[in-house]
Amino acid sequence: MKTSKLSTIWNKFIPLLALVGLIVVVTILNPSFMDPANIMNLLRQISINGLIAFGMTFVILTGGIDLSVGSILALTSALSAGMMVAGIDPILAIVIGTLLGAVFGALNGVLIAKGKLAPFIVTLATMTIFRGLTLVYTGGKPITGLGDSYAFQLFGKGYFLGIPVPAVTMILAFIVLWFMLHKMAFGRKTYALGGNEKAALISGIKVDRVKVMIYSISGMMAGLAGMILTSRLNSAQPTAGQAYEMDAIAAVVIGGTSLAGGKGRIAGTFIGVLIIGILNNAMNLLGISSFYQQVVKGVVILIAVLLDRKRS
Amino acid sequence: MRILMENIHKAFGANKVLEGVNFELEPGEIHALMGENGAGKSTLMNILTGLFHQDQGKITINEKETVFADSKEAEEAGLAFIRQELNIWPQMTVLENLFIGREKRNALGVLKEKEMKALANDVFKRLNISIPLNKEAGKCSVGEQQMIEIAKALMLDAEVIIMDEPTAALTDREIRMLFQIMKELTATGVSLVYISHRMEEIFEICDRITVMRDGVSVATSFIKDTSFDEIVKQMVGRELEDRYPERNPKYGQTIMEVKGLTRAGVFEDIHFSIKEGEILGISGLMGAGRTEIMRALFGIDPYDRGEIIMDGKPVSIKNPSSAAKQGLAFITEDRKDEGLVLDFSIRENIALTNLESFAPNGMVKATDEKQFVKMMVERLKVKTESQETQAGNLSGGNQQKVVIAKWVGTSPKVLIMDEPTRGIDVGAKREIYNLMNELTERGLAIIMVSSDLPEVLGMSDRILVIHEGKISGELSKEEATQEKIMTFATGGN
Repeated sequence: MKTSKLSTIWNKFIPLLALVGLIVVVTILNPSFMDPANIMNLLRQISINGLIAFGMTFVILTGGIDLSVGSILALTSALSAGMMVAGIDPILAIVIGTLLGAVFGALNGVLIAKGKLAPFIVTLATMTIFRGLTLVYTGGKPITGLGDSYAFQLFGKGYFLGIPVPAVTMILAFIVLWFMLHKMAFGRKTYALGGNEKAALISGIKVDRVKVMIYSISGMMAGLAGMILTSRLNSAQPTAGQAYEMDAIAAVVIGGTSLAGGKGRIAGTFIGVLIIGILNNAMNLLGISSFYQQVVKGVVILIAVLLDRKRS
Repeated sequence: MRILMENIHKAFGANKVLEGVNFELEPGEIHALMGENGAGKSTLMNILTGLFHQDQGKITINEKETVFADSKEAEEAGLAFIRQELNIWPQMTVLENLFIGREKRNALGVLKEKEMKALANDVFKRLNISIPLNKEAGKCSVGEQQMIEIAKALMLDAEVIIMDEPTAALTDREIRMLFQIMKELTATGVSLVYISHRMEEIFEICDRITVMRDGVSVATSFIKDTSFDEIVKQMVGRELEDRYPERNPKYGQTIMEVKGLTRAGVFEDIHFSIKEGEILGISGLMGAGRTEIMRALFGIDPYDRGEIIMDGKPVSIKNPSSAAKQGLAFITEDRKDEGLVLDFSIRENIALTNLESFAPNGMVKATDEKQFVKMMVERLKVKTESQETQAGNLSGGNQQKVVIAKWVGTSPKVLIMDEPTRGIDVGAKREIYNLMNELTERGLAIIMVSSDLPEVLGMSDRILVIHEGKISGELSKEEATQEKIMTFATGGN
């Protein structure tokens, strides 16, 4: 079907318009939403889901899914906390923790690419495996006593030029990933893989390698999010990150990326993250019970998907 | 049922597919519809059976002007269309397939198995066939599956059955059986439209023939009043020599050699070599293993034994990426499924095989990319307003040009083209032939797999014929004829 240029542009901006509309409505209902303090708070709240959702965008663009991100977050958090307790420099522990996330993601990627297995099944299995390993490693108890390194505290709780450091991390990650997706050959291959895997393979693209890369990115973002959470809580929780994959998938879908792969943008995901974050934040401000918040989030996902269906 | 289609016109966007077609069908006749790929046969039948609507012209059924809202309405009126791609659910039983969507059930929705079995048995008796009703349809032979489709049509009381290439995948015995059934059907007043490329069969079974060319019906004649030559002339519209540009090949060195290439059960001991500037035609029947050999050469499928030598050096080809590095390029037979990313623009598709050259360090240089694509679009005469047009919105011929562009852009040494002109219009075909000539003049070697015999004869410098996975014959351009190729292709000698 041919769509006119105007409607293409209109479709592209639906998520953005929804975001602006949401901000206007929330501000009218409760002007304190626009307080700088609340905005900064909001940015910090969304940074963890943001990082995970950016990684998830690559995965979903290829038509895959990564259910293991919440468990990767917990496992890397526990491992890096363990390192800190053992006396390893906290900054080094953060770097290693983030890289371990990439390694766990790569494991997903290898199983999916070389084992020719369905991403849903592989990451469902590794979700359980990583969670189990976290419980084994922590003995089911939180890891505390991470020391009081200033730099480590800064990573989750500090401010840089008045902006929460986690938000800065998220924005930097967004810029790097946006560049990779839209300006680099790697991004083009990601879209090609999602659009038509057979054609991508026959065009000489090393499809397996791209897949491993993509799941590594997803794992690495989960690891990075885990480091932020560890710093914010100043501990590692064995049950951290549960159901985080769902919020990330929701943000990607609300942002207009097709679960079938091939179509979507990471900027859309950013908007999706903001929409979910603002909904949560605003409902808290308005004193709406968290039980209702879940209902609203579900409805928003359905609306997003319905709009997407109309578009294509 | 008496059908009259008059002056039917149909265009898809700018692509005019039918430009004045007349077709008629009498009760109890078998009417052949013949024409080259892209002549508009399927479109005409899709209009008759309500899938598309004509832009102009009228359809009269039993003296009454008729417009079917959709294919369901046509089906209810007694028109059944058995497509080349059979409508079979392989994991369901024969019985389930026969009644799919029309199951007999009682007031509670429970299936009336006995009644359905009885009905199915009746139809099978009428067709004189015996397929166990509880057999999984996927385990039936193609011939049996076709019988299931015919039985389905009869259960709907079809008075007109359209068959698109019904014998393409059948064995000789199955063809005999099908013809028997077709004759019996016409004796009960059912009319059949028989779309086929096989002249012998048409002369054996049909009463009349309508020939189509480039969206126009050229002539309708009684089979007894016409001849092979007459029909070929009507189909082609001009002498064979005119359809293909003249070739004056100049050969360079042997660029590629294949020795003893074998994949158990698929192809065996494939030997050939090709020189710079040469077009090597690969002919054979459907399923002979031609595409499989090409896929193995390009590293898409594995092979068990054998050697591939490029430029005198043995090379190992593990995947398409290493094949491309060795200077191979592959234009697949299915451009939508394997050739293009349909959601991608022309630019992105052409760039896909050339990313290394615009993105030497991973960063895509947008201006280089645009310039390169512009050059390729002009060189291949892709008809488009902009390189940002989505590939999915292009006509078949233009899509094929984009696929060729993406590979020619890699400056390959050997270009494999599998069915290079399938499903594209005559004008675009000629452009592709010209391009093949131009490329070989620059020293490129082309391996062309084609089921279109005139194309094989018109474009190849040398022809290999494959029969059941083995090379059954090699013919030079001078000695090759359709008869000789067909003899080798069917295993004779």
